[in-house]
Amino acid sequence: MTDLAATDPLPKPKRDIAPIVLPIALALAMIPFVGSTSSWLTLTAASLAMGMMIFIMASGLTLVFGLMDVLNFGHGAFIAVGAYVATLILLPFAAAMQADSLLMNLAVLAPAALLSMAVSGALGLVVERILILPVYGQHLKQILMTTGGLIVAEQTLYAVWGPQIIPLPLPTSLRGSFIFGDVAIAKYRLLAMLVGLVVFIAIQLVLNRSKLGLLIRAGVENREMVEALGYRIRRLFLGVFMTGSALAGLGGVMWALYREQVHASMSDDLTVLIFIVVIIGGLGSIGGCFIGALLVAMVANYGGFLVPKLALVSNILLMVAVLMWRPRGLYAVTSR
Amino acid sequence: MTDLLKLSGVHTHIGRYHILQGIDLAVAQGQTTMLLGRNGAGKTTTLRTIMGLWQASSGEISLAGERIEGRATPDIARLGVGYVPESMAVFSDLTVKENLVLAARDGPLDDAQLDWIFGFFPALRRFWLSRAGSLSGGQKQMLSIARAIIEPRKLLLIDEPTKGLAPAIVMALIECLKEIKRKGATILLVEQNFFAARELGDSVLVMDNGTIVHRGEMAALAADVPLQERLLGLSLEAHQ
Repeated sequence: MTDLAATDPLPKPKRDIAPIVLPIALALAMIPFVGSTSSWLTLTAASLAMGMMIFIMASGLTLVFGLMDVLNFGHGAFIAVGAYVATLILLPFAAAMQADSLLMNLAVLAPAALLSMAVSGALGLVVERILILPVYGQHLKQILMTTGGLIVAEQTLYAVWGPQIIPLPLPTSLRGSFIFGDVAIAKYRLLAMLVGLVVFIAIQLVLNRSKLGLLIRAGVENREMVEALGYRIRRLFLGVFMTGSALAGLGGVMWALYREQVHASMSDDLTVLIFIVVIIGGLGSIGGCFIGALLVAMVANYGGFLVPKLALVSNILLMVAVLMWRPRGLYAVTSR
Repeated sequence: MTDLLKLSGVHTHIGRYHILQGIDLAVAQGQTTMLLGRNGAGKTTTLRTIMGLWQASSGEISLAGERIEGRATPDIARLGVGYVPESMAVFSDLTVKENLVLAARDGPLDDAQLDWIFGFFPALRRFWLSRAGSLSGGQKQMLSIARAIIEPRKLLLIDEPTKGLAPAIVMALIECLKEIKRKGATILLVEQNFFAARELGDSVLVMDNGTIVHRGEMAALAADVPLQERLLGLSLEAHQ
């Protein structure tokens, strides 16, 4: 063991930057394959926007997975509920949404997003208390309970709103694209990137600059020891579950606007992508989840453009490749 | 001398296994009580049961006269019980500083207490901003103990702190624990290293098959090789 004199400088913490470099390297590597710079920029912007939306939806799940060791196969229900709840405000105020004023549009969008988060978060409270609490530590039962919960939620949405797809047009000021030379970047994608970045920075600040964040990160790694230090982690579990559900609701609103439609099974395909992101990133790692979401979106967009026939399996191949490189994900936080 | 911790007729089941089979023990205030025994005797289970990490199926556990069996682990910790598990259980994704910030439950880190800890474990200062996962085994053990003593505790439960460590680090740990003792701490210490046990122990409890089979002065056991062989299956001198 090497000790030090009291006057020696403190060493800098080491950072594992290989995963951070990965999406940048992937994007740069695609330039010669895509050919046209404008197409590459458009695809990259689309990847970033899609990645941010997936990150918003997946960030809660990775913490729930990592901290609570809960396999929540019903996470998609919060996405769909969030989207449907938003229609309660967005559709009655369609006139304000179609007004050619960014302020008017945001005055409707913001309360809709907040209401969606509130309802999804509250639903998270109910789900955690009724479905999850009795099956902590029992993975098979968690899968059964949460899958059952997802089916009940979807069927309830069908019963309340009907089976038809609900159109949800983008607000006027977010339609169209910004044109930079011969590059077109959709306005809504820029908003999605901005919201995703804000959510990422907010989560990182909470996790790294507050005692609550320390508790969450410690709890992801070793719940028992956090309790042995005197902290009631059950309350933390509930708070994280509700926050994760609320973020899924926000992601649901954003995804519905991206696709300009809402339907009860909208989260089915997303759930697969979200689980791939969580596994690629490393259970419980927000940084890994962020990079994983970007990688999944890039593979979907570049892959769809270059080799459309591989689009269906491209994300599975990505997951296999990442797990062969790092079997516990890009940033391994838990030992699970 | 008053007893800070008392266990009476404590049984613990883990699944279908009956691990603790009627434990009676007392830990005197201000003393270091060694808990010895063969592997699988129930030592770790005893500490975990006191800490509430495994619930006792029956029996009574009291801390300073207050019944604690059946209470949740955080409540027991908040009564002033510090726990250093065998696995060390440092939070490897957190820095050394963040590990200690979490352990200082009731407020900011106390500079004087930190300086006192750095006096024993200068490596913790050196790696203050490093991830705990990057520390060596010995340094992790130091961090684990530092976490338990960063704030005053009534009782410290420490599980095999010297296990697998280099002799130089073992000596540093022993010096640290002696200093903690001198400050009046009450310690229940599971230890397999005889040198450490002899240096630190005031009294000793020996476990076998989930029960206490011997209790007495540590010095008396250290001096009685036949007794050691009968209780532990070998001479403690050979156990170093």
